[in-house]
Amino acid sequence: MKHELRDKDGNPLIERYNANERSNHWITAICFVLAGLSGLAMFHPVMAWLALLFGGGQWTRILHPFFGLVMFVAFAVLVVRFWHHNQFEPGDKQWLKQIPDVLNGNEHALPKVGRYNAGQKMLFFTLIACMVFLLLTGIVIWRAWFSHLFPIGVIRLSAVLHAFFAFVIIVSIIVHVYAGIWIKGTMGAMVRGTVTYGWVRKHHPRWFEQLMRDKGGR
Amino acid sequence: MALQSLDIKRVSATTVTPPTARSPVGGSVAKLIDASKCIGCKACQTACMEWNDIRDEVGVNSGIYDNPTDLTPKSWTVMRFAEHENEDGNLEWLIRKDGCMHCEDPGCLKACPAPGAIVQYANGIVDFQQENCIGCGYCVTGCPFDVPRISKQDNRAYKCTLCSDRVAVGQEPACVKTCPTGAIMFGTKEDMKTHAAERIEDLKERGYQNAGLYDPAGVGGTHVMYVLHHANKPSLYSGLRDNPAISPAVAIWKGLAKPLAMAGMAAAALAGLFHYTRVGPNEVSREEEAEALAEAKRLQEDKHEA
Repeated sequence: MKHELRDKDGNPLIERYNANERSNHWITAICFVLAGLSGLAMFHPVMAWLALLFGGGQWTRILHPFFGLVMFVAFAVLVVRFWHHNQFEPGDKQWLKQIPDVLNGNEHALPKVGRYNAGQKMLFFTLIACMVFLLLTGIVIWRAWFSHLFPIGVIRLSAVLHAFFAFVIIVSIIVHVYAGIWIKGTMGAMVRGTVTYGWVRKHHPRWFEQLMRDKGGR
Repeated sequence: MALQSLDIKRVSATTVTPPTARSPVGGSVAKLIDASKCIGCKACQTACMEWNDIRDEVGVNSGIYDNPTDLTPKSWTVMRFAEHENEDGNLEWLIRKDGCMHCEDPGCLKACPAPGAIVQYANGIVDFQQENCIGCGYCVTGCPFDVPRISKQDNRAYKCTLCSDRVAVGQEPACVKTCPTGAIMFGTKEDMKTHAAERIEDLKERGYQNAGLYDPAGVGGTHVMYVLHHANKPSLYSGLRDNPAISPAVAIWKGLAKPLAMAGMAAAALAGLFHYTRVGPNEVSREEEAEALAEAKRLQEDKHEA
């Protein structure tokens, strides 16, 4: 049997993400930040100074698509890893209806959540849609290599759609990051890989029951 | 063209107003190209190469007179030759000197994300400042006339400058100076319109009922205008746009989308801050941790009994 995870006080912990999953997540996150900052530098003049972070405008323009490509590939691997955890279940609809309870921390009033809640699943699929459309539209507006293959109307539409999906993904990630800050103990899941028993029971009670039953059966 | 000595009225990717105290008293300038006087000699292409020190690669004969066949980073103006059969069954050779139209409302400048890479001078000339260009090609996306070209050598955008360096010192553009038939003229936009009106009257007397001036309102008018024998059908002239305007997609992308998206992102971040400071963090209490451990024990035992 695997060595049991415990914190420094000896309390047992539950592994939520293994080392490969964590590295995969942070590669995606770093690429997102780089692609996001370089993209914003080319989106609105008040953000143009961000180009200095990448070595000037030319470098920003050169690097941005490559950040995006690495982000897409890293994210695609994450999707494969987490796909089966993110399928919608019967309680999810009710959970979404009770968003005010979620935001006020009345978790006891909510249907029992499994490994992921409905909000996390929505984020998962929103990110997939954004990533796919950002890739497709990004290729069309990648002037150095691909734009000459597309008619001007497609390029113009892609430019505006690229900005739109970038907006959606940035707002989604702001929500994602905030959720990690707001729900204490969550950061540990992606930093050290572990969460406490209390955290799992409070935020993912159905996963908790399942884990404990499985453990008992061993 | 960093050594410009002309006043600037609009700068790409810049949200503040450039110095505007000085403005040309005579109004803006314009180049007038009289298609009915053009003989297709390409002296203007040569003059452009000479003045601007650009030498394009020698191309190949494509079977028509067009050479080079398209604008390039090193060919800022090209003659386009169209064979048109008129209603009487006669051939008309419609020759158009293509190049930047210097729109009053330039789509390239609107789309450009690099501060100062595209400027519009107070006299109306739209000029690329290559040292600030980042090579993204958004100007190509924004231009209603398909004019800017990105160089593969240095990844910067190039096009006709309307010889802003010559105009700045009181000279006419090189193509104007060299045109042997006087088909290209240069002056204040008002003067050029007056002159065009006389030419158009002339053409109408000679049977060109639809002669007219090409100064499309969709882009706020242009600082390069054409006198056309068939102004009702500009597309006869090698696809000159009938009603050019900045595409709605570009207008949204570089218009409303910018402030809305910035506000939306800021609102999302602020919503987080205020939620945290009003509702407070969602923490697991010591009791909840203890309950979880007890529950864990119970569940594991349940399973053993089952």
